[in-house]
Amino acid sequence: MSEVSGVWADLVGQEPTVAVLRTAARAAAARLAAEAAKSAGEGAAPSQPAGRSGMTHAWLITGPPGSGRSNTARAFAAALQCERQGCGECTACRTSLAGTNPDVTLVRTEQLSLRVDEIRELVRKSAMSPVGRRWQVLVVEDADRLTEQAADALLKSLEEPADRTVWVLCAPTVEDAVPTIRSRCRLLVLRTPPTTAVAQVLQRRYAVSPDLAVFAARASQGHIGRARALATQEEVRARREQVLSVPSKLRDLAGCLTAAASLVELAAEEARAATAELDATEKAELERALGVTGSGGRGPRPRQLQAAQKELEDQQKVRAKRLQRDALDRALLDLVAFYRDVLVVALGASAELVNEELRDDIERRAHANRPELILRQIDAILACRDAIAANVAPLLAVESMTIALLEPTRR
Amino acid sequence: MLSPMATKARSAPSEGEALGGVTLVLGPEDLLVDRAVAAAVASVRASDPDADLTELEAASLAPGALAELTSPSLFASARAVVVRGLDTLPAEAADAVLSYAKDPQPDVALVLTHRGGQKGRGLLDKLRKARVRVVACEALKSYELPTFVIREARGAGGRISEEAAQLLIESVGSDLRALAGAASQLISDAGGVITEEAIRAYFAGRAEVTSFAVADAAVTGRTAHALEQLRWALRSGVAPVLVTSALASGLRGLAKLAGAPRGLRDGDLAREIGVPPWKVKTLRGQLRGWSQEGLATAIQAVARADADVKGGADDADYALERAVLAVSRARSEG
Repeated sequence: MSEVSGVWADLVGQEPTVAVLRTAARAAAARLAAEAAKSAGEGAAPSQPAGRSGMTHAWLITGPPGSGRSNTARAFAAALQCERQGCGECTACRTSLAGTNPDVTLVRTEQLSLRVDEIRELVRKSAMSPVGRRWQVLVVEDADRLTEQAADALLKSLEEPADRTVWVLCAPTVEDAVPTIRSRCRLLVLRTPPTTAVAQVLQRRYAVSPDLAVFAARASQGHIGRARALATQEEVRARREQVLSVPSKLRDLAGCLTAAASLVELAAEEARAATAELDATEKAELERALGVTGSGGRGPRPRQLQAAQKELEDQQKVRAKRLQRDALDRALLDLVAFYRDVLVVALGASAELVNEELRDDIERRAHANRPELILRQIDAILACRDAIAANVAPLLAVESMTIALLEPTRR
Repeated sequence: MLSPMATKARSAPSEGEALGGVTLVLGPEDLLVDRAVAAAVASVRASDPDADLTELEAASLAPGALAELTSPSLFASARAVVVRGLDTLPAEAADAVLSYAKDPQPDVALVLTHRGGQKGRGLLDKLRKARVRVVACEALKSYELPTFVIREARGAGGRISEEAAQLLIESVGSDLRALAGAASQLISDAGGVITEEAIRAYFAGRAEVTSFAVADAAVTGRTAHALEQLRWALRSGVAPVLVTSALASGLRGLAKLAGAPRGLRDGDLAREIGVPPWKVKTLRGQLRGWSQEGLATAIQAVARADADVKGGADDADYALERAVLAVSRARSEG
């Protein structure tokens, strides 16, 4: 860990991948040097076996959510642009990481898919030489969202790119990329970062106490963004605690329904907390753009104001709904982790508990219930996730789940 | 204000009343609108049987067209001009309509229809100020429907009791055109008086079944009745998702009542369960025969059905029938 520095420093627990990318960056630099020497008329370039095998022009980075796929891609881009292969301090490094380097293009989408016209534009760009003296790096952060057409448009360029062009695609799993793309890329798999590595980063970067850092790292199960939120925001911790109090509330049918209602309400609250401020800002911006003067509803009202406000509110509602679903999904994953802990204890496995602080309750449940039942409970939560993804009314889906979580001895 | 206006819509203008003026037929109830227009045209015809009738859509009214239609003609003495859908009137033609309304021709009856609502509101207000004759055709509230049916029957030369009128509405639906048609049909087929027996003979079943009726039947274990209600509800266009959500909320209320602390007053109980106070008594009646296990099974069955009707199954109707069966079975087994 200590030797990892510069642009690689923030890639938590991905040492094997970092080693591969550093070799690649060195090989790339060696090739640039060799080409420069050749064009200066010093005869044939000395052969560089390491350079040939280390660098390639198309990469596919996969890894679980929160493992830092796009950060890895950016760090690699910076290392390619940097004279010292990723010092983290020069202009090339900083602009590459921030996404402002003219030779580093970052493509991501907030919509459902990456459309073919966006990719065609990218392909056109890929045929050009870099602006600077080094490489042109094209990063597609949501390669899993490429439409079929868009993926097809990429193929040719992925296979035979321009001399100094490097493609870096990111996707959650290798199955998310179509086979024709997969077979043209060199695959890098990020692992779920180990708890200790995440805890160290939290301590170093956000100056949280070691206990809190370890707790957040453990509870987030390797999702770095989630770990950061848990470590730095009191209310996120409070919400998680409330979610984990659900199993103890499941004593009878009414308790199940109340617990379900509170889970859904917690998710709604989280969504509201995330959107309230944003909504207000957007509304104010819209009014300013349409020239509403005076506050408190006085002053002339432009004719199209009402329609525009309505449209904005509709969009905000959709966003809030999506955020609520995401929040509910996170809550369900926390519950899965809880019952997984119970299963770990019940089976006598030596794995680390995610919810170490609830060990008493977990051990009691592990002794009271057979592993089959615990597995069925986990299945019930996963089925609830599927149901919500299939658009079942969230409250009804969660109710059905809490009922399934009821333990027979308590009925 | 609604019912007297609705009454007015049916009272035919007397001879020539619409002539020399502007009649604004305002409201969304198509049957009443058609009748008001017909009445205005009839009044013109009553004073001059050879009167010309021109009907056109407001959307296609060019600015000059109205002046052309209403200007004095050498041949026809009286004319009726019906312009439908004033809400779609092009903005540039509005002034022509307005200025005509302020200075109408004596031998022309201009009839305008507007569905109500916000569109073209400014023109409506100005027309009102110009003192045009307004015939309101608001949609009838459900409690006004029996009166409507009784009046229809009387208008067709027959009679119907209030109970029979209610039955007719249940079996035909709340569409005025269908109701009026049914009333006049029954009177001509069954003689002067429409009895409940006659209605049952001609209209079996129910036209409008709400998802809540299905849920109520299912949670009280009336399986056959619940299935029948479900078929009617789906046939009359109730969305499947409404049925699952009605079932879910019915069962949710029962489960919460079953788990509520004993000895609460009804008001507090209602708050605890999250239903209006009058519902508590209904819920108590429905709760008889249910066990906690039964309710648990039923809720899970409904959750599965909700996934099914949202694309999980090929046949949403079948999924609902299965859910209704599962709910009433859960009650008897639990």
